[in-house]
Amino acid sequence: MAVIETEHRVSETTDRIEIHSHHHPRLVHHFESMEQQREAGTLGMWWFLLTEIMFFGGMFLAYTIYRHLYFDAFAAGSNVLSIWWGAFNTAVLIASSLTMALAVYHAQMGNSKKIVFFLLFTVVLGLVFLRVKYIEYSDKFEEHVFPAGDFRWPLAEHPTAPSNVGQLLTMFIGIPPAGHTAEAPQQALPANIDTKYSDKSPYLGISGAIPEEVSKMGMAGHVRMYFWLYFVMTGFHALHMIIGIGILLVLAFQAWKGKFSKEYHSYIELTGLYWHFVDIVWIFLFPLLYLVDRHL
Amino acid sequence: MSEHIVSKKTYYTIFFALLVGTALTVAAAFVNLHNFNIVVALLIAAVKATLVILFFMHIKYSTRLTKLWVAVGFIWLFIMLSITLTDYLSRAWLVYKP
Amino acid sequence: MSLIAVDPIEMGAPQVDGEPLSYLNDGHGLRSWLLTKDHKRIAILYLITVSTFFVIGGIFALLVRINLLSPNGVFDADTYNRLFTAHGIVMVFFFLVPAVPAILGNFLLPIMIGAKDLAFPKINLLSWYMYMLGATFGLIAIIAGGVDTGWTFYTPYSTSYSNSNVLLAGIGIFIVGFSSILTGLNFIVTTHTMRAPGMTWFRLPLFVWGQYATALVIMLATPVLAITVSLMALERIAHVGIFDPAMGGDPVLFQHMFWFYSHPAVYIMVLPAMGVVSELIANMSRKNVFGYKFVAMSSLAIAVFGFLVWGHHLFVSTQSVYLGLIFSFLSYAVAIPSAIKVFNWTATLYKGSISYDTPMLYGLGFIGLFLIGGMTGLYVAALGIDVHVTDTYFVIAHFHYVMVGGSLMGFLGGMHLWWGKMTGRQYPEYWARAAMVIQFVGFNLTFFPQFILGYLGMPRRYAAYPPEFQVLHVLSTAGASILGIGMLITIVYFIWSLKNGKRAPANPWGASGLEWRTSSPPPTENFYETPIVTWEAYEFAPIESMQVLGYPGDSSRSTQPVPKEHGTED
Repeated sequence: MAVIETEHRVSETTDRIEIHSHHHPRLVHHFESMEQQREAGTLGMWWFLLTEIMFFGGMFLAYTIYRHLYFDAFAAGSNVLSIWWGAFNTAVLIASSLTMALAVYHAQMGNSKKIVFFLLFTVVLGLVFLRVKYIEYSDKFEEHVFPAGDFRWPLAEHPTAPSNVGQLLTMFIGIPPAGHTAEAPQQALPANIDTKYSDKSPYLGISGAIPEEVSKMGMAGHVRMYFWLYFVMTGFHALHMIIGIGILLVLAFQAWKGKFSKEYHSYIELTGLYWHFVDIVWIFLFPLLYLVDRHL
Repeated sequence: MSEHIVSKKTYYTIFFALLVGTALTVAAAFVNLHNFNIVVALLIAAVKATLVILFFMHIKYSTRLTKLWVAVGFIWLFIMLSITLTDYLSRAWLVYKP
Repeated sequence: MSLIAVDPIEMGAPQVDGEPLSYLNDGHGLRSWLLTKDHKRIAILYLITVSTFFVIGGIFALLVRINLLSPNGVFDADTYNRLFTAHGIVMVFFFLVPAVPAILGNFLLPIMIGAKDLAFPKINLLSWYMYMLGATFGLIAIIAGGVDTGWTFYTPYSTSYSNSNVLLAGIGIFIVGFSSILTGLNFIVTTHTMRAPGMTWFRLPLFVWGQYATALVIMLATPVLAITVSLMALERIAHVGIFDPAMGGDPVLFQHMFWFYSHPAVYIMVLPAMGVVSELIANMSRKNVFGYKFVAMSSLAIAVFGFLVWGHHLFVSTQSVYLGLIFSFLSYAVAIPSAIKVFNWTATLYKGSISYDTPMLYGLGFIGLFLIGGMTGLYVAALGIDVHVTDTYFVIAHFHYVMVGGSLMGFLGGMHLWWGKMTGRQYPEYWARAAMVIQFVGFNLTFFPQFILGYLGMPRRYAAYPPEFQVLHVLSTAGASILGIGMLITIVYFIWSLKNGKRAPANPWGASGLEWRTSSPPPTENFYETPIVTWEAYEFAPIESMQVLGYPGDSSRSTQPVPKEHGTED
């Protein structure tokens, strides 16, 4: 580890011991070298990402268990989602990972203008992703499959989703396709379920599955569980994306101001790690949520 | 600075591979592989994730210790998922005869 | 080699208000403390707030014990539920989890490895603010009427039936968990990247190994608590039924997720204390820890194995019996590294130059009480026995032996060992020994009868009980009062010592470790020069080569810095 020349002297002005050393202006005082500082930052970000793996992991655990218990309901729920939107979003997010990697590349080259360009490109792609998620969420509300509220199952007719690229693009900018109907007659939950503070005593069969007669809501309730996991998992994912976009905007501004250089661009690398992680979460979410039992 | 600079060409190649992987995932979903559909989907996703981790996140060029930590994260997730799933899978083995 | 105590005056440190410049007087005023980046000041901030919550948790404990003096109780069942829940939440999340890491770890880790600060000082400060925020939420939850679910928040009661402040408490726990994660992050990165030249892994004090292993557990387990609490909170709001069997959910899934964190959490609570105990035993017997590498590796082994045993909390749920068998086996396995440590500490004492100052007393107390707690843990790890004693006072006695007899004793031992280092003042030795003995007696009187109570069938979390249990309950409450008095004495003399204690020299114990090579209290940058380490851990100089400090209470006891020795610069 590099040894910095240091000198201790008592400052005349403040009467305190000062340690002076000759180092990069961006070196924080408790680190010995820029390399140590960088190493610490990278290790720190990786460990933070490990905590994120375990955080999302809990949701994946709930998904795994309930998919095991209620596969048919998961298949039914999954088929309500639009593969077009899902695949499109996956491609958008992968592209944003590319632009993020290129931003890091240009940071390593020390090219501030290109850093700003690629950071903003990443932000734009992230916003596209969120726009699609907004469309999907709105559709789910209209189809009455948002789990907390007026949930109805089964769907009386298949929800509106794009079936080709043209429709995808027009719906993206907000133009509904021809023949789109918002309301359709649906079947509501059984009326005798008081879902607030029910005083039925819980029972779980030995086999691990909830016996149908106990789970009064049957298929509808299980599909509702699927959608709840859909919203929670994609919701937390979207939250992480929003935070990431915020950080990217701050970094873009700082890069525009010339804060970064070949020797100092850690924050961009570390944000890149975070952004790629968010991409990886989606890489798993897509097949698990959108592609259950899709074969014809 | 001792960081390895990954070439733009590598980035574009990986990007293309990821897109191909996505297309494969969707295509495979329409083939009836019964219980193996989920296996195939997760396998492709794992490959995609590995590519992102190795190249976009520079793990291929990182120290052994960093590689260890990444592995630890996924191993721990696997521990949590597999042991809990074992509970549900093995509950039915013990059948009570009334 | 010998230990050269550093005299700040000799190093040319200026004086501030008549005292040498140290981290304590380097900057005055509330702002300099609340916006500090100095790990030592942050440790003191934690000390004040964590101790406050310890007292709050203790008050709830006393209320619980008062209720149990008579079979019909003093409080009604609903209030009693809120009392023991408050005791559990406060003690687990606001005291035990942060105590040793955030106070002693924050203060000592950088100094012990020869660094100027932790890797991320601002994140360190953030972790304290998150602790304050989370603890405030918890406090509000309690003041607003409390929670009646038990600190384990089992569903569906907590999500669908309870009419108490589950959401507020959940938010508080989530935030405090984040604080814990930030501390763990700092420890891992600091230990990996900021060790002084020559400070290899196997030259580190075992205290550092303990904090490091704890940090690993914190990072991998706490996020699962975060998501579990989030799902519970969302369920409370949305009532979708994820954990409610009446709506298709599985309450045992909640238990799996909750205990996936909460079992490693008990290792978060005990591993740091074990790290302290290594320091107590080694330094107070002036002998290298027997089997240093084994103790270091055992810390890691406990951290890893601790993740594989959570199902032993689910033995009597509908968890698969086959999985239960595996968890039972693994729970026995996890005891092995702990046993290795206990054996090695005992072997360290053999032929050591033992002094019975307070830190040693706490170290010995830890060994004995942790032994009992750990052994009774093995009893409950057996499936068959657990069916009989689960949810009884046997389990309560078991975990209080490890948590109070173990963790708390370790924490207090560390506070005494390093009090002089942290504050520049020594505590009064005779009062401290008396307090320790009172605490020891009170503790055993409180919790040993509970083993018997549990075995005889007294269930836990019950506000009222059959009259035949009363004698044991009265003994237990008497013990709790004695324990409380002992704790009070400690708190009082610590505060008293801040102004009136004898000034602490750099190395009052003749101990080994980099922290003893800097002044008491240390300067803001910890060292005047970056240390270069060329010696192994726990190397003690022969006692004749040091100016003998004398026994406690001996008026010849030196409070002057130890003079430099000739030609002993390493």
